[in-house]
Amino acid sequence: MRTKVRKWLWAWQFDEEEAWLNEMAQKGKVLVGYRLGTYEFEDCEPGEYTVRLEMLEEWPTTAKSQDYIRFVEDTGAEMVGRIMKWVYFRKKTEDGPFELHGNYAARIKHLRSIITLLVPLMIFNTFIGFYNLFIGITFPSVINIICGIVNCAVSVLLAGGLRKLNEKKKQMEKDAQLFE
Amino acid sequence: MGANFPLTEAVYYILLSLKKPMHGYGIMQNVEKLSGGRLHLAAGTLYGAISSMLEKGWIATASETGDSRKKEYRMTDAGLQVLKDEYARLQELVNNGKAVLEDAQ
Repeated sequence: MRTKVRKWLWAWQFDEEEAWLNEMAQKGKVLVGYRLGTYEFEDCEPGEYTVRLEMLEEWPTTAKSQDYIRFVEDTGAEMVGRIMKWVYFRKKTEDGPFELHGNYAARIKHLRSIITLLVPLMIFNTFIGFYNLFIGITFPSVINIICGIVNCAVSVLLAGGLRKLNEKKKQMEKDAQLFE
Repeated sequence: MGANFPLTEAVYYILLSLKKPMHGYGIMQNVEKLSGGRLHLAAGTLYGAISSMLEKGWIATASETGDSRKKEYRMTDAGLQVLKDEYARLQELVNNGKAVLEDAQ
């Protein structure tokens, strides 16, 4: 049986998202698809699958990404969903442990690529936000003021997410000095 | 000592595995077996290591096996030299550790 669950998680919550998807798999619901805000699950034996997600360096349709996805699938995993640069894999637990990023260097690199994607987005939003506020106040325009406030709110949200990602990255960089 | 050292554990074990041609999943299983189940290579890490080692010429693509489309890899002479150098380095670490720790007993 298939079940759809609506849930919104931000890009910087990918660890929580992965943990939640694995909790679902433990309960006998494994991910089979994802569309913006909607996760689709099918029934499985509790704990039958391990689910992993990651942001690729390039869009999933490029030759490089396709090569990578094929490589991961050759190790016994299956890609079950993708959204923008993010991909979701599942692998049967009986086929062995399933990790995508094993060491600190790889995890730091992954975090860095997410940060690199979000920073310009935040700067762009802040700029547009102030521009809208400026226009809205100069030539009194409610629409511009509302847009400006929304842009600024998104920037604040992104800034919060980026702070979390940075903290995570710093902690990993400390650990990376001790371990591989 | 060259600029290539020390190797990561993953790279060392991948080179050890590729004395004969093997595909990605084979390498993963072999490394786990060699390390007595201690080291499980993450798929992304293995992919990254293989890409960099191909670039450096330490390994090469052997062929695509007939029954599946899985790519196989093998160690090159350059790779063998890197492995030998790393082996010598590790031996030095172990010998020094042995000298100190066994003296202490």
